[in-house]
Amino acid sequence: MGNSQNKIRVLIAKAGLDGHDRGAKVVARALRDAGMEVIYTGLRQTPEMITEAALQEDVHVIGLSILSGAHMTLVPKILKLLKEQKLDDTRLFLGGIIPDEDKPELTKLGVNGIYGPGTSTQTIIEDIQKACQ
Amino acid sequence: MPVTHAQAVLNGERLALTRALTQVENNTAEGLEILEALFPHTGKAHLIGVTGAPGTGKSTLVNQLALTYRQPADGCVPPRVAIVAVDPTSPFSGGALLGDRVRMQDLAGDPCIFIRSMASRGSLGGLAAATAGLVQVFDAAGFEIIIIETVGAGQAEVDIARLAHSTIVIEAPGLGDEIQTIKAGILEIADILVVNKSDKPGAENTLRGLRNMLSLAHPENNHFDHHGQLMELDAEADQSENGWIPIVLPTIATSGEGIPDLLNSLKAHFDYLKSSDLWQQKEEERLKDQLETLLGTALRSRWEKSISPDIYQAALAQVINRKLSPWQAVEELIPGPEL
Repeated sequence: MGNSQNKIRVLIAKAGLDGHDRGAKVVARALRDAGMEVIYTGLRQTPEMITEAALQEDVHVIGLSILSGAHMTLVPKILKLLKEQKLDDTRLFLGGIIPDEDKPELTKLGVNGIYGPGTSTQTIIEDIQKACQ
Repeated sequence: MPVTHAQAVLNGERLALTRALTQVENNTAEGLEILEALFPHTGKAHLIGVTGAPGTGKSTLVNQLALTYRQPADGCVPPRVAIVAVDPTSPFSGGALLGDRVRMQDLAGDPCIFIRSMASRGSLGGLAAATAGLVQVFDAAGFEIIIIETVGAGQAEVDIARLAHSTIVIEAPGLGDEIQTIKAGILEIADILVVNKSDKPGAENTLRGLRNMLSLAHPENNHFDHHGQLMELDAEADQSENGWIPIVLPTIATSGEGIPDLLNSLKAHFDYLKSSDLWQQKEEERLKDQLETLLGTALRSRWEKSISPDIYQAALAQVINRKLSPWQAVEELIPGPEL
């Protein structure tokens, strides 16, 4: 664990090619208001860019927004890269349109939480806080 | 013997570097130990400060500047570039949204560029309390160029001038009349004044306003404005003992226009500092500043340990009830012969 104090650092990233970042921004804002330091990376991030940003920013948590349906490709790749960089202790949370049938597989791979449309931001905040204790 | 954390930073291990930055930012005992071990290895990098009002294009300009540093026209070995980008912490929640990376996506994939965002965590001068420490870690880790981007600054956030060797102040067209340019504060600290978004209407006016301001401050400047025309004086007059005359430059950071000129101006400023005793002077001032800040913090925390919270609360209550003046309270709370 890099950060020993109580400021939780979160990287919010939009992976893949879809350009809808409203959800990511809503979550980023909510986490900020919950006292976290949120690093927002913007659109169209590759797994390499996300891992690199996570390393440079030494974040506890990556919040990934994927609406394009490419999660079964992107998520394993990010987890593999994190492992290569010895960042296995970084928690990965996923938001967007993730079909129910993919969720068990993603959880097995190591995703800490998956949130679809309608999730309350309070739920996400509490889950992140719990994961960072 | 296991490699110490500081040694790993010196060896160029990126994971060690990022974890060291976190420890230093959080002001932990380990962070302090790392800084102490790294201190002898600092003092080599060119520290460049970038400041200006919110939305003037600081992050975009930093992005272009780093790109240009990494692609030298002269074919020299490009320097390694570190970027410390500070954004404000919310005074209400203590949280922060650090968005400078959004404008720096072109820099991804270059292993010789390292970007670290930091929240101001309550500091008011445009930087965070730990910014100087982070810069020292990057310096020791061998980054030759360290760009420090401040919080979007208004008029009085001038801490950056203390930290950086070269300070760039960014203005955008249309932000006020000439009176703004002769006020004290942020414009005074500029070594280089950039008018970004210079393709926007009003850029000429802003450039002229800034040049006029400089011709007031440096009458030996070889340019002056005469009925709207920029006139050139005898170049001889430029070499005054007053030293560096800030350079005024137009840029368009989104397209990269003017950035090579900016980089050349930075190099000229660097050479100027090195060839005069100003470099040494800046280093001395910065270290003195750091020492005094540390002394202040240490004295305060020593005092806090020496006094019980009850006594403090009692004194505070008396002040609130107007029974004791704040000045008298200080005398009571800090016992001793002389303040």
